[in-house]
Amino acid sequence: MTFAEQMITIGMVVLGTVLTRFLPFLIFPAGKPTPRYVRYLGKVLPPAVFGLLVVYCLKNVSLFAGSRGVPELVSIGVVAGLHLWRRQMLVSIAGGTACYMLLVQVVF
Amino acid sequence: MSERGRRGKAFKAAFPHTIPIFAGFWFLGMTYGIYMNVSGFPFWYPMLMSLTIFAGSVEFVAVNLLLGAFNPFQVLAMTLMINARHLFYGLSMLDKYRGNGWKDFYLIFGMCDESFSINYTARIPEGIDRGWFMFFVTLLNHFYWFFGAALGGIFGSLIRFDTEGLDFVMTAMFVAIFMEQWMKEKEHVSSLVGVGVTLLCLVAFGADRFLIPAMAVILGVLTFLRKPLERRGECGD
Repeated sequence: MTFAEQMITIGMVVLGTVLTRFLPFLIFPAGKPTPRYVRYLGKVLPPAVFGLLVVYCLKNVSLFAGSRGVPELVSIGVVAGLHLWRRQMLVSIAGGTACYMLLVQVVF
Repeated sequence: MSERGRRGKAFKAAFPHTIPIFAGFWFLGMTYGIYMNVSGFPFWYPMLMSLTIFAGSVEFVAVNLLLGAFNPFQVLAMTLMINARHLFYGLSMLDKYRGNGWKDFYLIFGMCDESFSINYTARIPEGIDRGWFMFFVTLLNHFYWFFGAALGGIFGSLIRFDTEGLDFVMTAMFVAIFMEQWMKEKEHVSSLVGVGVTLLCLVAFGADRFLIPAMAVILGVLTFLRKPLERRGECGD
């Protein structure tokens, strides 16, 4: 690729990303009432998306090779447990990450 | 309160929420910068791309696209597909990312997974300007990512790190956010649909192509459940 072609390629990635981020705001402008169906989606999608993101983070974990997903499972348990107990975002995240690092560096 | 005072207070309130992102982003950003560096690109490429694209997963893919043959439309299609989840974020932020003046533009521009998740779930204290709070969350995340990418791009092959497992910080954050949402909501249908459908699609389609089917099925299931969910929502409120 020439320099210009590389810049166009980067530009296309920028364009694609910006499009996916701005599109809903352009389709449903502030002045007009947003359809009820869309407002419903705005309410029910986030919990589903958070679930999707959790699974997305784990997409490369193999249950049949290496550590078989044990460190991930245990550490997620730690995050969930800590959060139920203290409900402090940073405590849950730090605890789970520390547990994971310990497991992959020392145990497995 | 003066505009400056409001801004300062919002910054102080926003910063702690971004600490996990700091841990995750300088590390992932640096990995990305190093990847660019060893792929033969000058250091200012990852800097430029982390500033203008600011969407982690697609930037990693972009490295391969830059190394392949020139095909801008394929690049655009690929980007739209990987980033299609932003459409869901936008639909959820139609109210929150409006009425904040010029900041709205930047909020939407910088709506990566992490900024969206924090700005959607954060319990912003009374008396804190919401617009500035969300602005600083986005700006700090953007900066961490840029900072990591720049470091990786500049020092590249010189860096050796024994931080194995640190990348789990992003997973831990999404689990904590999922839990926070779980504890806040009255019923868990949507949360369960999100996890269940995505898992099924991951098994059915494999790690490289499950995202779009998962989104489509989630949309379908939630649309199908609209009547009962809305009825229960109304009773619950």
